Amino acid sequence: MDWDTMISYLPLYKDALLLTLKTGWQGVLLAFMIGVLCAVITHLKVPVLRQITGIYIELFRNTPLLVQLFFLYFALPKIGIRISAQLCGSLGLGLLGGAYMTETFRSGLENIAPIQSASAQSLGMNGLQTFRYVILPQAVSSSVPGLLANVIFLLKETSVFSTISLMDLMFTAKDLIGMYAKTIECLTLLVIFYLIMLLPVSILGSIIERRLRHAEFGN
Amino acid sequence: MEQALLKINHLHKTYGDQVILKDFNLEVNKGEVVVIIGPSGCGKSTLLRCINALEDIQGGEVLLDNEPVRKENKNISKMRQKIGMVFQSYDLFPHKTILENILLAPLKVQKRNRAEAEKEALELLTKVGLADRRDDYPRQLSGGQKQRVAIVRALCMHPEILLLDEITAALDPEMVREVLEVVLSLARAGSTMLIVTHEMAFAKAIADRILFLDNGEIVEESNQPKDFFKQPVTDRAKAFLKTFDYE
Amino acid sequence: MPNLGIDVLFKGTNFLRLLEGLWVAVRISLISVAISIALGLVMGMLMTSKNKILKMILRLYLEIVRIMPQMVLLFVVYFGTTRVFGWNLSAEYSAIIVFSFWGVAEMGDLVRGALISIPKIQYESAQALGMTQPMTYLYVILPQAVRRLIPLSINLITRMIKTTSLVMMIGIVEVLKVAQQIIEANRRTSPNAVFGVFAVVFLLYFLICWPISKLAGYLEKRWA
Repeated sequence: MDWDTMISYLPLYKDALLLTLKTGWQGVLLAFMIGVLCAVITHLKVPVLRQITGIYIELFRNTPLLVQLFFLYFALPKIGIRISAQLCGSLGLGLLGGAYMTETFRSGLENIAPIQSASAQSLGMNGLQTFRYVILPQAVSSSVPGLLANVIFLLKETSVFSTISLMDLMFTAKDLIGMYAKTIECLTLLVIFYLIMLLPVSILGSIIERRLRHAEFGN
Repeated sequence: MEQALLKINHLHKTYGDQVILKDFNLEVNKGEVVVIIGPSGCGKSTLLRCINALEDIQGGEVLLDNEPVRKENKNISKMRQKIGMVFQSYDLFPHKTILENILLAPLKVQKRNRAEAEKEALELLTKVGLADRRDDYPRQLSGGQKQRVAIVRALCMHPEILLLDEITAALDPEMVREVLEVVLSLARAGSTMLIVTHEMAFAKAIADRILFLDNGEIVEESNQPKDFFKQPVTDRAKAFLKTFDYE
Repeated sequence: MPNLGIDVLFKGTNFLRLLEGLWVAVRISLISVAISIALGLVMGMLMTSKNKILKMILRLYLEIVRIMPQMVLLFVVYFGTTRVFGWNLSAEYSAIIVFSFWGVAEMGDLVRGALISIPKIQYESAQALGMTQPMTYLYVILPQAVRRLIPLSINLITRMIKTTSLVMMIGIVEVLKVAQQIIEANRRTSPNAVFGVFAVVFLLYFLICWPISKLAGYLEKRWA
């Protein structure tokens, strides 16, 4: 193991990590917003929009991110839509994640006992009040574990960004291996940097999950 | 002649082909406690849900103060505020504390002043002996305590009538009493109530009028609960009451 | 309507090559899934054991798999281990190793979840009837656990198929690589082929994964 080489690579990996994090979190944020929106549409059975949401979810859950990105990045310019690699990364991740987040929120909404909305209604709440004060808060908190699992999944998927020449961690490692052939050093750094990126999220996830389990809702 | 507070005229309720309530008629006067008993599946819980318009109905009408209670009507929220309901169980909001559970509807639906509503909520909680649990979450309470909170939550809306749907059915036997005591004290204070229950001794003690329901219709009705339990008239009521005896 | 270049797929054996590429992807996932299910069952039972050290090791393994992107694992196995240990590992074997390494952990966790979701009373009442531990598992616990497991393991298959798109990065010629080759070869005559061909690849993945996830969803609902 060539330590000096590894240290000299550090700044490059740091930059790559920052770019990965930035693009990744933008994607996660977008996924979150899409997820809430689509879950509400599905739950409230909004006509037309609900069918569109359904098709979107099936399409994006059943195809690989790599193929989605290739399509966004290489194919769309042919019909006049040109977007930067970074935007492409966030957008692709957001669309993929949105489909997963929708499912997570939706099952959160479905798992709330019907008696909850019956008792809210019997107190005179209208549909909107019932949804806002009774259903939504419960759905969000029961979705937290699934949500965090999605976040880890999405941040992991960022490794695919390298294929559309986004200079993320994976790209940097591949690039350096190609140039200097220090395979072991580059791969070790790659693993370490992914750990730096994802270990905190994973630990946070298990802490929150344990908390939630102790503070188990439900009567 | 006093005008009935609640009037149910020709109520008809079906689930698909299955008829739950057929041409059901009932009047409840102010201050009256009506207890409904009957075998499971006789339609008694559905009846309460229909009164509150939680179910779609296929015919007839429900009138409170001569105003219709209908799901489609604009004033349904107003009407439901006048009808308090307590369910079998699991109906407290798990993400809110006891006090928040009680205050949610008075503040958000009735837009009442917080200080005033909170004062009332605490008075009611004190009455049921749970004032010290105000900041706990439902999961920290026993089943009996939760049901007492559910009653307070309904009372805090100042309902004109209270519907109690088998509120002790999911409770351990030793907790049944603490809940029924609360209901008894409400009856003594003159609340109008429509109660569905399986507790026959309780029904006998609290009812001004007793209805025996079977197959979606009133089979027997009595203004003398004690007589009804001693000597029911109809065979179906006899058979039903017999199931509670061990000889 | 501009020419979107789907026509290049009908030139010569292009479409057939694409399907062959797809088969490579599916083959790798099926082999990996088979290994994952077999070893995952063992891993799941071990994860419910009372041995603290064993549980910790398995937990650590699961966490590593959860955190490390499959692409990184592919690189580590294909480029890294061959360098360190000096052995010769084909790209396809590397892919199968990585996918199985991932799948066994995921499957193990699913099995663990299914096993602990069976109420304790089921074990106790089986024992109260005089059943031995193997009998309890064989007749009472596993049949119940399997119902929960089957839909979830079917889902694992689609996840594997989707992830196989990554193996082109270590030089395996699967559907996406074939697509790139076709696009490259027709760059001059059909510059828009990139749209049509990638659209078809997108659709092919969908047509394989969608029915499988529908089946999983159906079984999940039916056996819930």
